[in-house]
Amino acid sequence: MNFYNSVNFPINFNNHQDISESSDIIKHFHTPITTATSVLGIAFNNGVIISADILGSYGSLARFKNFSRILQANKNTLLGVGGDIADFQYLKELIQGKMIGEECLEDDIPLKPASLLCWLTRVMYNRRSKIDPLWNNILVAGIQDGKPYLGFIDKLGTAVEDKLIATGYGAYIAIPLLRDALEKKPDLNKQEAEELMKKCMEILYYRDARSFNKYELAILTTEGTEFKGPIEIKANWSISNDVCGYE
Amino acid sequence: MSSIGTGYDLSASQFSPDGRVFQVEYAQKAVENSGTAVALRGKDGVVFAVEKLVTSKLYEPGTNKRIFTIDKHVGMAVAGLIADARQLAETARSEAATYRSQYGNQIPLKYLNDRVSMYIHAYTLYSAVRPFGSSLILGTYDKNDGSEMYMIDPSGISYGYFGCAIGKAKQAAKTEIEKLKLADMTCSELIKEAARIIYLVHDELKDKYFELELSWVGKHTNGIHEKVPPHVQEEVEKSAKAALEEESDSDEDI
Amino acid sequence: MFRNQYDSDVTVWSPQGRLHQVEYAMEAVKLGSATVGLKNKSHAILVALKRAASELSAYQKKLFPIDDHIGISISGLTADARMLSRYMRTECLNYKFGHDAPLPVNRLLLKLGNKMQVCTQRYDKRPYGVGLLIAGYDGTGPHIYQTCPSANYYDCRAMAIGSRSQSARTYLEKHLDVFPNCTTDELIAHGLRALRDTLPNEVELTVKNVSIGIVGDGTDYKEFEEEETARYLSMIEGEERRGAPPPGSDPVSSDDGPENSPPDPEPTVAMDTE
Repeated sequence: MNFYNSVNFPINFNNHQDISESSDIIKHFHTPITTATSVLGIAFNNGVIISADILGSYGSLARFKNFSRILQANKNTLLGVGGDIADFQYLKELIQGKMIGEECLEDDIPLKPASLLCWLTRVMYNRRSKIDPLWNNILVAGIQDGKPYLGFIDKLGTAVEDKLIATGYGAYIAIPLLRDALEKKPDLNKQEAEELMKKCMEILYYRDARSFNKYELAILTTEGTEFKGPIEIKANWSISNDVCGYE
Repeated sequence: MSSIGTGYDLSASQFSPDGRVFQVEYAQKAVENSGTAVALRGKDGVVFAVEKLVTSKLYEPGTNKRIFTIDKHVGMAVAGLIADARQLAETARSEAATYRSQYGNQIPLKYLNDRVSMYIHAYTLYSAVRPFGSSLILGTYDKNDGSEMYMIDPSGISYGYFGCAIGKAKQAAKTEIEKLKLADMTCSELIKEAARIIYLVHDELKDKYFELELSWVGKHTNGIHEKVPPHVQEEVEKSAKAALEEESDSDEDI
Repeated sequence: MFRNQYDSDVTVWSPQGRLHQVEYAMEAVKLGSATVGLKNKSHAILVALKRAASELSAYQKKLFPIDDHIGISISGLTADARMLSRYMRTECLNYKFGHDAPLPVNRLLLKLGNKMQVCTQRYDKRPYGVGLLIAGYDGTGPHIYQTCPSANYYDCRAMAIGSRSQSARTYLEKHLDVFPNCTTDELIAHGLRALRDTLPNEVELTVKNVSIGIVGDGTDYKEFEEEETARYLSMIEGEERRGAPPPGSDPVSSDDGPENSPPDPEPTVAMDTE
């Protein structure tokens, strides 16, 4: 299969048959199966907060309703993962294995969040370069040299650092809300960040068909980590009758 | 050892006429040149204590630790060539990590001991390599299986123990260990005894300075191997020194 | 020359539990010229004495940069040292690639130690015939490490290795307590004094035969140019030389090299098993 350096390019081009039958083409079949939706993160004045719901969807079926996907990598790093759940579980083992390996050295040099982000970027980019990506969005949140740190990697190995990050459907629905809030008050405190997060999770629940009414929050500050949840969203669907004009 | 020097003791892949592999025995001698390490297994955990000899004051305190963490739940104390021991720690860690990734659980000490023993044994079979010059003591605690401890020597042989000692003063240390009712003792009692034994068997005339390294894994650490907290270290060193003085006082009375 | 039947290769244990081949490799370190490493609370420095093989040749390099935060000085076989530096540079780069952070010095040493150990256990290999002083700075502060052909390594407060380095170690031990709190300039002066103590009376430290390397808080590893070296040499100029070796001991001249018949290998200590 060599379209471009063939002299008979136009002829080959019309010869569709060898695309499907040629033995030197490896087909990669890629689609996430059991999935989790958005993860949100905000860096506030002395820490970071991340949240994600606890649903594992099998297509449109709400299949696993108590599936936590926020994990603490070490004392100063949190991870929130969306996307394919099997790939997430693989990543989790990988990260935990690395953490145990480092703990065993007993040298009191904890891995910093930016280092973990970089390392995960290498993992993700390697897999995507093999055309076999891990189908995940990873949010890395923590304290880096005393300052809040928030970063994100997608399945292609693209890595970004920002003060606010939302993945999946949240990138459409939550980011405008988060940006708006941070424009009004760039230096949120913990309580304000938590309120904002809760609001976004609620709005996402109304809009994102793959989301769920129970979610978890994790807050990491210089004082330590706090896990909250599952928090239940008390939805009010009565207003749905008033929503019109979008059909 | 009548066959020493007869030429049958130059290779690990050679038996002497009386059926011994001298190279392995010589490797065991290397372990006996080393500072003493003891480990005690009680009803709720295992404690490790190592006499780390300090040969120069130019070294930083705490360099060349001889107690390793193999996986969260496994501790290892070593005697012999430290460079060899580090290599074995690396092997043990990768075995523990492999087990973890394959079975999703921490490796039972029985299996880890098996794998590391076999690895060490493999180095006693060929002329192209030499046997390891280190002995290892592995210990763990699990809330279902209780505490466990094994010692592996350069031949690759290993046994489970309640109390064991390796290194230059292993005989004296064993005599002390035998006086204890190990199966009934808790970690906080054992750590005192282990420290006392190290202080007791330390030979001040031959080796002037030493550091006492202490670690434990037990019920009280949630089955996690860790070095003992500073206040415990301080306390047991104090009581070990006191016990030593008491002993020498009573010796003088006789 | 042939001491016993147990020193033929590295896979043979002696009945006393010693590895003669490894101990002989330890002797190779003593054939190189002396080098000194020491640190205060913020910086680690290396000072080394360079030799020239002949009047016409340049002085042999003794310091090698590894990464922005690590440099080494060597004593023993330079070619072996270059192998080890390449390995260390690769490890530092790999870590930086994977973690976007400098490799902690102790972790580099762990890897290096395990690499060197393999050479003490296999028939088809020989131990590296070089000792290193490794100066590094990381999140846990400045470090001086010493490595040996036996694959042992030590985290040191200060150290000297190489030919006649015992005099330097004596100097270091004597002043050990002042190092942590002295200024970096003073620290370098101490390093130079320690190095000078290894010299025979008729030899002087000059900008040509001295290398100084430094790494520390806010200072990437660098080796000083001659002008800077001259400034530090002037700090100790004219001082009385303490700990000078007694007259009549072998003078070490600049043409002292492998071509001079090396001393009969006679390890003074058994391989360090602690």
